[in-house]
Amino acid sequence: MTVTVAWYMVFAAVLFSMGAAGVLLRRNALVMFMSIELMLNSVNLTFIAAGSELGLIEGQVAALFVMVVAAAEVTVGLAILVAVFRRRSSANVDELSELRG
Amino acid sequence: MTEVILFGLFAAVALAGAVVMLTARNPVYSAMGLLVVMFSMALFYVLLDAHFVAAVQLLVYAGAVMTLFLFVIMMIGVDKREDTAESIPFQRLITFVVAGGLAVVIIIAGYKAWVTGSDSFGTPDLVGTIETVADSLFGTWTIAFLSTVLLLTIAALGTIALALFGPTAVRETEPEDGA
Repeated sequence: MTVTVAWYMVFAAVLFSMGAAGVLLRRNALVMFMSIELMLNSVNLTFIAAGSELGLIEGQVAALFVMVVAAAEVTVGLAILVAVFRRRSSANVDELSELRG
Repeated sequence: MTEVILFGLFAAVALAGAVVMLTARNPVYSAMGLLVVMFSMALFYVLLDAHFVAAVQLLVYAGAVMTLFLFVIMMIGVDKREDTAESIPFQRLITFVVAGGLAVVIIIAGYKAWVTGSDSFGTPDLVGTIETVADSLFGTWTIAFLSTVLLLTIAALGTIALALFGPTAVRETEPEDGA
């Protein structure tokens, strides 16, 4: 019995849905950001598993690009969160609903 | 066989970390759960012969990103007041149905679309050393790499702008307006 790429794909799909559940369920904006990071990481795992299966280095290069985008996203997102917290002293997204249509 | 044992062990550890991240009331515990997932991911990358990406995963995610998360948690205070009451009716049930359905759909789509045995192209037994990754990154994908440099610079500028022209600047001018 060997670990095939399908195992990684199924595992990454489960982790991705857990991240999606975190975004839908939690109301603390910080934990929502962590859930997004979890989703990005599971996508990275599928990239690398597929690249390893097909023998293409592009899978790993794509994972590196995803890491860069995730780093930029976390930087700006946490800066926005700190700015919101300074005004509202709360990280609860339910209290930020003025923009609803 | 060791690969199977390692995969099973660290898949269980990563799933436990993800569950802790989802359910912990304290954001610090959520960050620790995510950290466990990141470490397990690095181990999976090593199992897949992506050594350089595994090192970058540990440095960037477990090192920089998680430190930033913990820094912000400590800065804005550990907020344990997150109420667990459902603001939308049946929010939890709907979440579980949607997330479970998403997992099933992704797995079915992958099962239908994934073509195995296509080893006619690419190099078999590819090992992601610094050399092979850099050959591709600075060869074929130079423009994309430079674009990420631009993206990071713009993100840093945006963060500085948010910090400089944020709510505190407004708050400082308010008393002067009133006086």
